[in-house]
Amino acid sequence: MSNHYEAVFIMTPVLSLEQTKETADKFKAIITENGGAIVNDENWGLKKLAYPIQKKSTGFYQMYQFESSNGELIEKIETAFRRDERIMRFLTIKLDKYGVEYAARRIEKNKALGTKK
Amino acid sequence: MADKSEIRYLNPPSIEVKKDKYCRFKKNRIKFIDYKNPDFLAQFVNEQGKVLPRRITGTSLKYQRKVAQAIKRCRHLGLMPYVTDLYK
Repeated sequence: MSNHYEAVFIMTPVLSLEQTKETADKFKAIITENGGAIVNDENWGLKKLAYPIQKKSTGFYQMYQFESSNGELIEKIETAFRRDERIMRFLTIKLDKYGVEYAARRIEKNKALGTKK
Repeated sequence: MADKSEIRYLNPPSIEVKKDKYCRFKKNRIKFIDYKNPDFLAQFVNEQGKVLPRRITGTSLKYQRKVAQAIKRCRHLGLMPYVTDLYK
């Protein structure tokens, strides 16, 4: 029985665009290697933070929605988040069935708008 | 002592029309409260950025907990402030 998860993380604004892409792909690789399947990924780009985090007031937001059947994947990805110092903050959530429905609707909405890719 | 009915008021007492509050999540059958969009959650937060109590928003207990949890996650992600003034 595969569970759906959602991971959102913020990267420091100091990085250049390629570095953010590279870190984002690094976590995508961690997920796919350990038996996770990315369902949806969204890059909200540089956004202003509501309060300064680590003395910075903006950050690159990246969101991955993935499903996986083994639970250790979450520990692995979280330790990777903690180790990587380019990540200012992260949040991983287990989606219940309503969350999955909502996310599916959100994917259609994004596709229709063609944004957030 | 004049009994109740004879007392005349200078201006008629404004009878508070009792608008019955309803839980908007039950009414429009919203099941999942997304922690990623702060604009929707801003309706459940007062000017200082604090979570509004149920007696004001009228949401049911089950959804109030979900709203509170979503707001806390939103704050964690820096999308919503923990405390601010003139938030709206």
